[in-house]
Amino acid sequence: MTEVLHTTSKLPAERSATASRTYAAFLLVGLVLLIVAPLFFYPIFLMKLLCFALFACAFNLLLGYTGLLSFGHATFFGGAAYFTAHAVKEWGLSPELGVLLGVVGAAVLGLIMGFFAIRRQGIYFAMITLALSQMFFFFCLQAEFTQGEDGIQSVPRGYLFGLIDLSQSTNMYYFVLAVFLIGMVVIWRFINSPFGMILKSIRENEQRAVSLGYSVARYKLGAFVMSAALAGLAGGVKSLVFQFATLTDVAWQMSGEVILMTLLGGIGTLIGPIFGAGLVVTLQNYLATSQFPVTIVTGVVFMVCVLLFRRGLIGEFYASRLGRKLGFEHRR
Amino acid sequence: MAVSATSMQEEPRVVLSARGLTKSFGAFAAVRQVDLDVHDAQVHALIGPNGAGKTTVFNLLTKFLQPTAGSIMLMGTDITKTPPDKVARMGLVRSFQISAVFPHLTVLDNVRVALQRPGGLSTQFWLPMSSLDRLNARADELIEQVGLKRERNALAADLSYGRKRVLEIATTLALDPKVLLLDEPMAGMGQEDIGTVSGIIREVAKTRAVLMVEHNLSVVSDICHHVTVLQRGEILAAGDYATVAQDERVRLAYMGTEDA
Repeated sequence: MTEVLHTTSKLPAERSATASRTYAAFLLVGLVLLIVAPLFFYPIFLMKLLCFALFACAFNLLLGYTGLLSFGHATFFGGAAYFTAHAVKEWGLSPELGVLLGVVGAAVLGLIMGFFAIRRQGIYFAMITLALSQMFFFFCLQAEFTQGEDGIQSVPRGYLFGLIDLSQSTNMYYFVLAVFLIGMVVIWRFINSPFGMILKSIRENEQRAVSLGYSVARYKLGAFVMSAALAGLAGGVKSLVFQFATLTDVAWQMSGEVILMTLLGGIGTLIGPIFGAGLVVTLQNYLATSQFPVTIVTGVVFMVCVLLFRRGLIGEFYASRLGRKLGFEHRR
Repeated sequence: MAVSATSMQEEPRVVLSARGLTKSFGAFAAVRQVDLDVHDAQVHALIGPNGAGKTTVFNLLTKFLQPTAGSIMLMGTDITKTPPDKVARMGLVRSFQISAVFPHLTVLDNVRVALQRPGGLSTQFWLPMSSLDRLNARADELIEQVGLKRERNALAADLSYGRKRVLEIATTLALDPKVLLLDEPMAGMGQEDIGTVSGIIREVAKTRAVLMVEHNLSVVSDICHHVTVLQRGEILAAGDYATVAQDERVRLAYMGTEDA
């Protein structure tokens, strides 16, 4: 009893100190695992996983930290994949510049989509993003540079900074890992910054934020563009990993898949979407060869998750007794 | 009389004025032809029975609602068509009837969020959270001023109702507004907090204008220089407390609700 009282009476500051220590430990373990992973797993699988993990985290930046449910994130992921693939293949750009171009392209698309969607709430916001992403899908289907149904194929991976041969899958893996880590650091910083604080306050009480003089729409748009750019980072790198960019990446199913990954992992947790993406990609990979239809399995997993673990895998862990003991907190 | 000190001098400056303010929701006019002048360095009370349109007037003045007709001037600028966040940036800041704090932020963070924009620290997405520490000195000053020092690191959600209101006043003051609109700042407060908040309002009104909705008439008579009485969306009477209190129609309107 006294034990319980003692732990609950901890100040928020103390609690977060324990949390950051646990975080650091987990982070180190995770990092080591990611570095040695190619020794045990098929690199393409790992790279796919990292790309989707980054995509889901970028999406979560919007859903989990701004409270906006976009149904059009495939536009940024797939759009950037096209931009990068085209730039690298047709213009002969180096991979890092190609990816950068994909990011910028995705950010511009994000600015346009965000501009139209941001003033709407809830289902209307989701529908506008869906409609705009369907328009972009149609554009990709018709435009010349995407090569329609065929997609852009046999994209060369090239040499990173003109030096490192990315056609070697080990090199490529560490490049993807580096991009993933950079993306995660950017997200982490974004959330834990003065800007992130305002986003948090908007989520907590939008009216009050307005009355304190914040133009809420601009902050939301900022988060939207950042989320789009990071989704673009994931998409651009993915096109180099698989060496192609196709309509699959801009289709609405992709937008749905990233929602699924984020919900499975845990909305509003920094690392949850990584696990959600891991689960979905792993299932897809191992079930692809079996007789069993993948979509049914992911559908069932999703339903079980929604019914039993509404906070998602990591969200539930944080809220569990063990998680709380380690100093985590889960707030919705 | 509370009026004496400031009203002896030359006529105080009007900082916020409304003319013919009207808001209709369909056929129902929630606010009709309201004229209002709020003076610098004075406290102005807006009173009236429930449903009189006091909060609607607040929403109109702060532009959370767009008036159907009429005009609003803030320090010589027409703000009739200005969006609410811009009005706030111009120095007209409000509090809400239902306590408006950020529940899952600490008291300190609540105040710091308010300080971030004037402090030029609201858009930096590349800086660490610790960059906000330079707002701490000012935040602690405000926290101390309203007597929340002991609760500095508590979550706003864990505060009592009265303490939340006090916190809200602190975040409102953090913006150093020229005109302060307080919607029932004392509602649900204990006697001790009422005393504190009355003191704070009196203090801050020395250098700025305050317009407040208040039901507690002893507070109104104590700290307010002007009183405007609303009834069914229209002005029933206006003047200082003594004049208004003598008004026959006001007494009638308040019959039975005075102690509510």
